[in-house]
Amino acid sequence: MSQAKVPAWVNIALIPFLNIMLAFVVSGLIILAIGEDPIEAAGYLIYGAFGYDEGVGYTLYYATNLIFTGLAVSVAFKGGLFNIGGEGQAYIGGLGVGLVCLALDHTMPFYIIAPLAILGAAAFGAAWAYVPAYLQARRGSHIVITTIMFNFIASSLMVYLIVNWLKEDGRMAPNSRTFEENAWMPYLHELFSPLGIDIGDSPLNVAFIIALVCCVFVWGLIWHTRWGYQLRTLGTNPTAAKYAGIDTAKVTIWAMLISGGLAGFVGINEIMGVNHSLLLNFTAGYGFAGIAVALMGRNHPIGIILAAILFGALYQGGSELAFEIPTITPEIVIVIQGLVILFSGALEHMFKDRIEGFFIRRAVA
Amino acid sequence: MFETLILMLDATMRVSTPLIFAALAGLYSERAGIVDIGLEGKILGSAFAAAAGAAVFGSAWIGLFFGIMASVSLAMVHGFACITHRGDHIVSGVAINTIVAGLTVTLSMNWFGMGGQTPTLSGDSRFLSVTLPFADALANVPVIGLIYSELLSGHNILVYLAFAMVPVTYWVIYKTRFGLRLRAVGENPHAVDTAGISVAFIRYRALIVCGILCGLAGAYLSTAHNAGFLKDMSAGKGYMALAALIFGKWRPVPVLLACLLFGFLDAVAIRMQGVVIPGIGEVPVQAIEVLPYVLTVLLLAGFIGKAIGPKAIGRPYVKERA
Repeated sequence: MSQAKVPAWVNIALIPFLNIMLAFVVSGLIILAIGEDPIEAAGYLIYGAFGYDEGVGYTLYYATNLIFTGLAVSVAFKGGLFNIGGEGQAYIGGLGVGLVCLALDHTMPFYIIAPLAILGAAAFGAAWAYVPAYLQARRGSHIVITTIMFNFIASSLMVYLIVNWLKEDGRMAPNSRTFEENAWMPYLHELFSPLGIDIGDSPLNVAFIIALVCCVFVWGLIWHTRWGYQLRTLGTNPTAAKYAGIDTAKVTIWAMLISGGLAGFVGINEIMGVNHSLLLNFTAGYGFAGIAVALMGRNHPIGIILAAILFGALYQGGSELAFEIPTITPEIVIVIQGLVILFSGALEHMFKDRIEGFFIRRAVA
Repeated sequence: MFETLILMLDATMRVSTPLIFAALAGLYSERAGIVDIGLEGKILGSAFAAAAGAAVFGSAWIGLFFGIMASVSLAMVHGFACITHRGDHIVSGVAINTIVAGLTVTLSMNWFGMGGQTPTLSGDSRFLSVTLPFADALANVPVIGLIYSELLSGHNILVYLAFAMVPVTYWVIYKTRFGLRLRAVGENPHAVDTAGISVAFIRYRALIVCGILCGLAGAYLSTAHNAGFLKDMSAGKGYMALAALIFGKWRPVPVLLACLLFGFLDAVAIRMQGVVIPGIGEVPVQAIEVLPYVLTVLLLAGFIGKAIGPKAIGRPYVKERA
């Protein structure tokens, strides 16, 4: 089956669109099955996500986390690696951010804390990805299993650290103390209001800008550097990569370090941007959602931004929907997310082969 | 001291049961070459279906039937994606886990409206503990009495079934024609195909068995170990079973031992809460909790033995066409 004869738009737009539509249709059937009107539900969802300024802000705030984890998954994917450990890397990345903020917020100004916190997020996230990466590259243990194990290890480690060491004295809640305001990532609505632009109060903060910068960085890195070429070669054909003289172990390790670092940035948005303290379970499944985002975004930064905004809209619209129709819980969004992973990931060949076949036959005829 | 040990082993048996079911489920699937990250989702799905069925029909057995049906359906989705459409096994597993995590809460809120729980089960709608014959009579005999009446007696039927599944699995995998073919499909599907046997059909059957066993694990959680379904009640047991499967190197008896070890660590973690050991101080519970995962990583890294999985695992089989 020759790829060249299939028009580009089929692969870029038509097949992903069909897969997503199928996921939505099945979600609609589920909503129908629990006795509600899917069209009405979709209306509330879209209004909640895009209908007013705060809604848009929330959508983009959720999208920020998803861009980070989506990029993280896709960088690893490009090298043929399945990093299922975004959840743990994001969690530990948040620890890096929290430690920097807790250590410096009394003494240092924001412009010193912010770069150090960003560095902390990347370094901690990358460090958490390093061990599975090393074991995959040098000792042949499967990265999927080790990253899953590291998610659980991260979760226990964080409970231990927060409950035993970082918890605020005399409080029951397992949180660290709240950071001083000079360690807060500025909200975008605060930055915009002096300019006379009102974008509505929302947790949307500078981390969103950082996420967009990361997209440009990943795009440049993967498609416009020698290393990116090596990564893509490794992902497409590991044997060829080896014979071409690429140090595959080294590329594997670096791909995972970058992936882990990107996942760690979730900590910037959540810890420094919104919660302003270190707390348990702030990653809330974003690491896994990143898999859906990367699959739907076809591992390309532009696709990832679009997919992240779509999922961000589902998260935000889902809360609105649950408010309007109480019989539908926000968890319906998780179902939709899973269906997207199923149809655009696991069942990607279902339509692809047939549609490609159709276009090839048409081209031949 | 002896009594404490017996009580901890007793707890170990109860905690290990879902792990044994799920790890054996994974064994059938992975020995046939299908990676199953979706154990977690199947357990959770079955736990919900079993609790819902038991609550509505008032019978634990009907609940079990629904649990197994739910789990087998999910296994078939996995098969449809991985076998029929040559999809990525990991992606499909993640999809199933995600869908189930959302769907169980959505449905239970909608059906029962109790904050994502099912009604509390009692009486016939739960699997209650079985007292083995003479357990009461022997209770006062030293050593043996305690072992028999505390450790061996007084579990529900699913616990005994889990332990019984280990020799059954051993027999099926190593002594039957189906088992031979199943292992062959996981090692060298081409050879099986050449012999004129359908690779896809064997893999589908392996997944059905996997689904049934995960169904038992889920039903155990919600209708035997607990009295109803709770949101996310599988709490990583599927992943821990996966770790036990690897730790036991994909072989029934070592897998059982791995499950018992992990179950025992869990029992230890609960007992060690806040206990100060002389010379060491208080051991953090989390340190014991992570041991199964740390041990599995060490094993995978080849620091304690070597874990080598089935050769053709995770690879879709494409039939050659002339």
